[in-house]
Amino acid sequence: MRITKLAAAAVAVTMAAAPVMADLVFPSLSYRTGPYAANGIPFADGYEDYFTLVNARDGGIGGVPARVVKCETGYNTEKGVECYESTKGEGALVYQPLSTGITYQLIPKATADGIPVHSMGYGRTSAANGKVFSNIFNYPANYWNGASLAVNHILDENGGDIKGKKIALLYHNSAYGKEPIRTLEELAKKHGYDLSLLAVDHPGQEQKSQWLQIRREKPDYVLMWGWGVMNQVAIQEAANIRFPMDNFIGVWWSGSEVDVVPAGEGANGYKALAMHAVGDDFPVFDDLRKYVVDAGTAAGAGDQLGTVLYNRGMYAAMLAVEAAKTAQALHGVAEINPAQMRDGMEALEMTEAKMAALGMPGFGPEFTVTCENHGGPGLGAVQQWNATDKTWSLISDYGPSDMEVIGKLIMEDSSAFAAENNISESCN
Amino acid sequence: MSAGFYFGVEVFLNGLMAGVMYSLVALGFVLIFKASGIFNYAQGVMALFAALTLVGFQSGQIPFAHLINAVFGTELHHFGWKMPTILALIFTLMVMILFAFLVEKFILKHLVNQEPIILFMATIGLAYFMEGFGDLMWGSEIKKLDIGIPQGGNFWLEEKTATLGGDGFYGFYLDNLDIWATVCAIILVASLVVFSQYTKTGRALRAVADDHQAALSVGISLRAIWVIVWSIAGFVALIAGIMWGSKSGVQFSLSLIALKALPVLMLGGFTSIPGAIIGGLIIGVGEKMFEFLIGAPFLGGATENWFAYMLALLFLVFRPQGLFGEKIIERV
Repeated sequence: MRITKLAAAAVAVTMAAAPVMADLVFPSLSYRTGPYAANGIPFADGYEDYFTLVNARDGGIGGVPARVVKCETGYNTEKGVECYESTKGEGALVYQPLSTGITYQLIPKATADGIPVHSMGYGRTSAANGKVFSNIFNYPANYWNGASLAVNHILDENGGDIKGKKIALLYHNSAYGKEPIRTLEELAKKHGYDLSLLAVDHPGQEQKSQWLQIRREKPDYVLMWGWGVMNQVAIQEAANIRFPMDNFIGVWWSGSEVDVVPAGEGANGYKALAMHAVGDDFPVFDDLRKYVVDAGTAAGAGDQLGTVLYNRGMYAAMLAVEAAKTAQALHGVAEINPAQMRDGMEALEMTEAKMAALGMPGFGPEFTVTCENHGGPGLGAVQQWNATDKTWSLISDYGPSDMEVIGKLIMEDSSAFAAENNISESCN
Repeated sequence: MSAGFYFGVEVFLNGLMAGVMYSLVALGFVLIFKASGIFNYAQGVMALFAALTLVGFQSGQIPFAHLINAVFGTELHHFGWKMPTILALIFTLMVMILFAFLVEKFILKHLVNQEPIILFMATIGLAYFMEGFGDLMWGSEIKKLDIGIPQGGNFWLEEKTATLGGDGFYGFYLDNLDIWATVCAIILVASLVVFSQYTKTGRALRAVADDHQAALSVGISLRAIWVIVWSIAGFVALIAGIMWGSKSGVQFSLSLIALKALPVLMLGGFTSIPGAIIGGLIIGVGEKMFEFLIGAPFLGGATENWFAYMLALLFLVFRPQGLFGEKIIERV
């Protein structure tokens, strides 16, 4: 009798727990506090809101509700790792760490745990080699693509000849900021420009020395790899010394509204790289307003729709959802596990038709992920700030980066990593 | 003279200006340490909070709007009016005085006669509380701060000096904001000196700084003095917040400007107002000249923070009380 009661209780508990187990779990390692909160909040809002939309509008992913598990990292690597450890047991399908430092720490952990990581436009660039980094994905573009895209834009502006031009890289003195240096050095050899490097210490509140140096040396172009307050101060200092803003190009992490608004009119004409569209002129935003904001279920105040970082968070979530759908189709099950999600990410194909069906026509480049290439095609565009209208607009199509140079660098770096860690390169 | 020489002079002048900006932060630390022996870890956050409050009043933002909206489902954000800057400054100052009063009432009063480390830890707690409270009250988005101080290079000076160093020199570059910060710092220090030397309250403040027990014995209210000192530190924090916030927008990182004040304090001494100014100037000029002459050409740059703390460390080794600090001699 007692055993029967215990069995009944066990069945009841299992049944009660069943709906929770059926959720598709997407952790959000966000930062809504600390020095980088102004950047972290819109991304986190976009990421969470898209899953809320999919649940409300589509009834989940393949009929299974998506559940976002939030964990605050404060953009702190140690906290990020703690967040990973504390959430992975919930059935996490994919991590979007939103920090290069956290990504580096998660590469061995997530690989060992069999959970995929999507470091979209950040993290370890050579993770694009899926034969070495089986669980790490950085599509649609990485830092080295970014460096090449910036140089390509400069080439376009100068009729394809930049020999003897002076290009300065103003970078956050961290692993993130140093990422493009190798690529820019290789491209300098190829195109004959002079590269100078200007490091800025965390957090970047004081940059007088660097901008006096820029004023002295008069580079033709300044590229920026900044984050947080470094971006705002750099744009203000550039305006102060009357540096031509259309020759000042930031990576996609240095090109959001919060970076340019404090400098007011002085920021007019500033450019940044883009891996997705800007603004809210897409049908998906109507759905977000209808099903999420107006329903009172938005992650934030609902006032960030269409901003660069909100769009990026939403784009990352959309790619995660599409990868989950691909995994469901691939394995014939709705309730996928992390290994199946990894397979879905590796087989992800983003076409214009698919984006149009999602209410996001032309929102990002078309691309296909393969085992050999977890980084996508490395396509990117350039966006420019209009201080009067307070809007960003894309001023180029999604163009290619120099994969001849970047591909070689990715192979070198990933092969070295494989040798250090006894990883034999293979595709399943 | 060559263009290189004049560029060196330019870096020197900009170093002086940067030093003044550091001094503005360091002054707040000195005032509180001098009067109460507390190393106020929250000084940077006070600058952030003061600047947030100023922008909030200026733009007519509703305090705690996010919290109110979350609880009551409303969509409040602004009152719909803009407050004149001068009025916003006065209201912000009143908030900082209220803050000083509350700090004394809820923290300092209960920690009288505690070890300095306990008081220091209390200010760490206060800093974290203020960070969250500021976010909750005014939101965490980056806000543009404009109180009418001109920004950008001083192009009059640039044009007048453009012919000094030949073709390779483009004239001296000085930021208008830095020039204004220097003027503010001079007025601030002069006012503080006059206040402490020639007013009754100022003398009481100095008496407390010299000896708490003796000051109490002649009827000076320690609690009142603490409120006054924290209020003045709040005012200094407001000035620092305005100057730094005008550069980068008002955002969380403003609280980190305290990091720039620490080497200034180590060098100038924790108890000297002139020390904070001189220390700031030495650190500002030293780090900028080091970066110009050695850091950028030979070491890959970004040496300023390193140099500032190295210089401070050297001073600690040879003169622990700093340039102008009081030498502490304890007899058994």
